[in-house]
Amino acid sequence: MPSRISPAGVRVKLSARGAGEKILPCIWRKRGNVLIRKHMSQFKEKAKILNAEEIKRILQRLTHQILESTPALTDIVLVGIQTRGVYLARRIQSIFKETEGVDIPLGTLDITLYRDDLTTVGVRPVVKETKIDFDLTDKVVVLIDDVLFTGRTIRAALDELMDFGRPKIVTLLVLIDRGHRELPIRADFVGKNIPTSKNETVEVRLSELDGLDEVAIGEKV
Amino acid sequence: MRKSNNINWTKKDLLDLENLSKEEIELILQTAASFKEVSTREIKKVPALRGKTVVNLFYEPSTRTRISFEVAAKRLSADVINISTETSSVRKGETLIDTGKNIEALRVDIIIMRHNYSGAAVTLARQLKASVVNAGDGWHEHPTQALLDMFTLREKLGRLEGLNVSIVGDIAHSRVARSNIWGLTKLGARVTVCAPKILIPPAIEQMGVRVSHNIEEALAGADAINVLRMQFERDKEKAFPSQLEYFKSFGITKERLKSAKKNIIVMHPGPINRGIEISSDVADGGNSVILEQVTNGIAVRMAVLFLVAQANDYIKTKK
Repeated sequence: MPSRISPAGVRVKLSARGAGEKILPCIWRKRGNVLIRKHMSQFKEKAKILNAEEIKRILQRLTHQILESTPALTDIVLVGIQTRGVYLARRIQSIFKETEGVDIPLGTLDITLYRDDLTTVGVRPVVKETKIDFDLTDKVVVLIDDVLFTGRTIRAALDELMDFGRPKIVTLLVLIDRGHRELPIRADFVGKNIPTSKNETVEVRLSELDGLDEVAIGEKV
Repeated sequence: MRKSNNINWTKKDLLDLENLSKEEIELILQTAASFKEVSTREIKKVPALRGKTVVNLFYEPSTRTRISFEVAAKRLSADVINISTETSSVRKGETLIDTGKNIEALRVDIIIMRHNYSGAAVTLARQLKASVVNAGDGWHEHPTQALLDMFTLREKLGRLEGLNVSIVGDIAHSRVARSNIWGLTKLGARVTVCAPKILIPPAIEQMGVRVSHNIEEALAGADAINVLRMQFERDKEKAFPSQLEYFKSFGITKERLKSAKKNIIVMHPGPINRGIEISSDVADGGNSVILEQVTNGIAVRMAVLFLVAQANDYIKTKK
């Protein structure tokens, strides 16, 4: 549809065309020959919080904390929240394998369909894979996410998890807790607490997706 | 896990595949892949469309499409109302736009419509703020059927690009054929249409397809074949070949498949007429994915309802 293609980097204004042809505010980026729509907000970095080595040590510590708190290893299952929670869960799974020699079952959860802000967020997220192909009944579920902020993602994840079965205990592991909870939710295993202001953003970058491991704090501009 | 792209869905309606980009079609297929899992859960329901109302407005008889949309909407927690024109005010002479505006006044969010006039869905969508999903309009398009055909193909063969797909049957009167041609060619498949001359519309080559009047030719080298139902009810001029004549020259039989690729995929949008366009041993045989198409239809329709509802919510909040 050539009529819709605008030059890379040019903002397309919200304009009512015909019904069914409404275009939202966005930026066009060029990747190869394909024009890709990007949302307008951008991240302006202020400081690095964690580097690769620190992330690695934190994940090892958190794995040991899970072990400490759960008597029976066979009861533990990991569930990562899309997207970065899944990669963190996979790393914790491999630490379990290295240190204890056990394969802990791992599931993935995409909470998009359980969100409470589908109508208000500017980003219309892509629905990713949810896959829990083991029984949750009487298991100790370790729910894993990268950043704990308002707690709304976790609320959605808990709702979705309950549709899959009745775990004995659900615990929460996060790499970063940045505060500003809007719901009565807390994490059981926290990598690092980072006090932030509400208009700041924490970005967790993982090598599987972003090419390197680090955590940075910045502002949306 | 499929790689996600950064394309967003921004349309409040799904009216046809002709006006969708390759990326938009891929986004629907990719979203559908995620939705397929929901139907395998013990609790086959997610709250994504909770509080939304969906109306099935069908001006033509349909069981499978209507039920498929109804199941899809319910698995997304939407409330569904079915309106059949046999029992509605349409009988009393109400126009399509008036019917649509009345439904919208009930604060309905999505209208899924099947209509015997080509272009009916676009006409309605332009008049309404509610989302409109085309469930088949005249001889024009049936986008969700083509999407589920493409979804099934891609699931079976891993790709669409470079595939040879033959569509056999009443091409002239088939909205399924038209939507499939638009979608498949956009995604890089090579499409052949095969039928007696009277059932091939003039100038169809301009849609980028090869035309054949010989079933053996259409089967040779094809990765998949989409067998359409012979719509004898549309044959008002009695110009169609007889059922037996059609079966003899174009019916898909086990014997005919011997000359085709061993793993050729046989699709049919249903309802099948055994012994007219397809023989029973093929319809029930190992190459047939006809029932998988039905299962995939739910995932595809869930994806469509979800995407249009989200886009429309966003459009409304921006105003």
